[in-house]
Amino acid sequence: MLSRVADTLYWLSRYIERAENNARMLDVNLQLTLDATILNHRYTQQHWESIIYSLEDTKLFQELHPKITGETVVEFVSFERKNPNSIYSCFCAARENARSVRELISAEMFEQLNRMYLDFRSGEAQRLFRSSSYQFFKWALQGCHLFQGIADATMAHDEGWEFLQLGKFLERADRTSRILDIKYHILLPKEEEVGGTIDSVQWFAVLNSCSGAEAYRRQFQGQVAPWKVAEFLIKDASFPRSIRFCVDSLDHSLHQITGVDRGDFLFKVEAERLSGKLLADLSYVTMDDVFLVGLHEYLDRIQFRLNQISKVVYKEFCEWLDGE
Amino acid sequence: MGNLFDGYDPASFFDEMFESPAQVRPHYQRLFERYTDLTLGDFDRKRMVADNSFLTQGITFTVYNDTEGTERIFPFDLVPRIIPLKEWHHIESGLTQRISALNLFLRDIYHEQRILKDGVIPAEIIRSAIHFRPEFMGFNVPKNIYIHICGTDLVRDDEGNYLVLEDNGRCPSGVSYLLENRQTMKRVFPNLFSRYSVQPVDRYCEELLNLLRFVAPNGNSEPTVVLLTPGIYNSAYFEHSFLARSMGIEIVVGADLVVQGGYLMMKTTKGLKKVDVVYRRIDDDFLDPQVFRKDSLLGVPGIVEVYRQGNVSLANSIGTGVADDKVTYHFVPKMIRYYLDQEPILPNVPTYLSMFDDDRKYILEHLSELVVKSANESGGYGMLIGPYATRDEIEKFRALIIKNPRNYIGQPVVKLSRSPSYCNGRFEGRHIDLRPYILFGEKTTIIPGALTRVALRKDSLVVNSSQGGGSKDTWVLSE
Repeated sequence: MLSRVADTLYWLSRYIERAENNARMLDVNLQLTLDATILNHRYTQQHWESIIYSLEDTKLFQELHPKITGETVVEFVSFERKNPNSIYSCFCAARENARSVRELISAEMFEQLNRMYLDFRSGEAQRLFRSSSYQFFKWALQGCHLFQGIADATMAHDEGWEFLQLGKFLERADRTSRILDIKYHILLPKEEEVGGTIDSVQWFAVLNSCSGAEAYRRQFQGQVAPWKVAEFLIKDASFPRSIRFCVDSLDHSLHQITGVDRGDFLFKVEAERLSGKLLADLSYVTMDDVFLVGLHEYLDRIQFRLNQISKVVYKEFCEWLDGE
Repeated sequence: MGNLFDGYDPASFFDEMFESPAQVRPHYQRLFERYTDLTLGDFDRKRMVADNSFLTQGITFTVYNDTEGTERIFPFDLVPRIIPLKEWHHIESGLTQRISALNLFLRDIYHEQRILKDGVIPAEIIRSAIHFRPEFMGFNVPKNIYIHICGTDLVRDDEGNYLVLEDNGRCPSGVSYLLENRQTMKRVFPNLFSRYSVQPVDRYCEELLNLLRFVAPNGNSEPTVVLLTPGIYNSAYFEHSFLARSMGIEIVVGADLVVQGGYLMMKTTKGLKKVDVVYRRIDDDFLDPQVFRKDSLLGVPGIVEVYRQGNVSLANSIGTGVADDKVTYHFVPKMIRYYLDQEPILPNVPTYLSMFDDDRKYILEHLSELVVKSANESGGYGMLIGPYATRDEIEKFRALIIKNPRNYIGQPVVKLSRSPSYCNGRFEGRHIDLRPYILFGEKTTIIPGALTRVALRKDSLVVNSSQGGGSKDTWVLSE
């Protein structure tokens, strides 16, 4: 497969996953902060700050908006074309990428992306948002899910497919770590206790932002316990948005691409070594280990390692230096 | 209750559908019956279905110099153009004859130049043709094929005669619209097809791939074929991607390719892989910065040398533009007589060459009656339509012709045939042309169908998409 095409598929997939995560995160947090009986104004402000902070887009945001409010954050993350990571921008980029690899993806996949893009371009998506933000986020989420389903059912599961999976799971692992990290940035109001009402509402929102509330409940009945949530999102083996699950999946795709058998702990390229090592860490880490380092620092480290894998994948499969 | 044909006036033109205001031509009769049943509401709904299907499939072209919404759909008119089998046979034999002569001409021009030595074509015309590539004199192209894929534009005059307006022997585009128009028409008017016996067009891509494989170097029977595109911002990108998809071959940009060890290679996730045949959709000028334009970022440095060594085949070959120069065009009937010893089946439009003193005098005296075209421009640019031009435009062309006589031709305005087309809530007559696609390989294949372009602006004679043109599905009947 052409290197450029592999890179394009990888990014196409990352953009879709990013759009999906943004939509879900905004939806959950918008509903949370609307609940005025629990949250006062000052607190709401902090809450949105932490979201912008976790997306690492603070600088651009501040250039565009003097004040952080729910409206400005939602606008910035949903529709702002100057923000390369907004939902709209993600769809534009995904569709542009899809356009240049149409010979590899199925016609149905392209049409699904194109429909989403055309709805943004015509203003239809914005109208939907104004009439009901809930409906808009649901539409965006379903659009992404539909794309994944169509891809699964209509595209050959060959090398190109593996690059799509690679992009999807790298992005998802990164996003889950960031959503978990939001909680680190949210300060509890002074009068509130750890484990109190607001604290558990916040943790519940974290779970919901990863679509994980139901799966969590089935595993841990009763109260939402902070460390359980962290453990679940970091190292659950079967929940498809846990970091470990994502790294397991991307490690699998890497081995499919290189043709190296996973069971033998062998690797052909550096990316396989890095992902295998990260997977081992995630599988054998205990929450005590995590607390020893600090949750924020631990997550930060994971984001760094995911980024390293992404760079090495590009270098090994996609980069051709002049004169080669 | 009225129907969409009410008040339809074929006027003084040759109308494809109506012999006279009251008389429908026999091969359009069943279509006429179906369409008179439609209300405006029905028809508008069908148009919406068709437009939406083009838009969601991303079947769009890019308009240059237009910042907002640069991708547009090519307007599609739902009244098909129908060609009876007998007429098609005539077109087919004329085009087969023409492509054979053009290829013999190119072979001759890049070798002995007998046709110049025998004085059939003035040598000066070839020397001064901007697409002539003297670097390729004496070079043998694979299987002696220069123009593999040709799009020849035909028009019909006021008596219904088919005339050749121009040959496109470099990178003709539009075939994807021919194929997609058929798909769309089947979706929108499924029952109409059962009333007719329309020849299918689907085999185009298969035949194209056969042709590309046929010219592979060194008789390689399992060649790697790729399509080289300038990229997604090119106006014809949809078509490039469509063709690559339909053939199941890789679509590449210049940066995906590299020359190594005398071969053309593509950069894959598993290392370099040899490429044998390139269906290139970029012009000669941009193909290789080491040989042609130095500033080209679209091409592949060194590809021309690989081609010269016979390690990669290109379709179309380099230097074919000398055959579709509008001045050379004038001599195609002479080529047919010279190389094939046959009379041309499809005549040219009468053409005056301003490089000849008598012709130039005539052109300059009749500018307000003639169509003047620049020898090497396309897309409806660089032309003057005398009867519709302003005084300033005429004077501008007068100066251009005097300054550079080699570069201009004049032709009488052909009263192009018209076809009923949907405009302003009813059917009105609009001028059309016809572009069939010719594949010249082991045999000559012309898919029974064509791109019919229609000038949707009232009275306009320019059918190009960049100038307000649209297209129609074109049916060749099997009876």
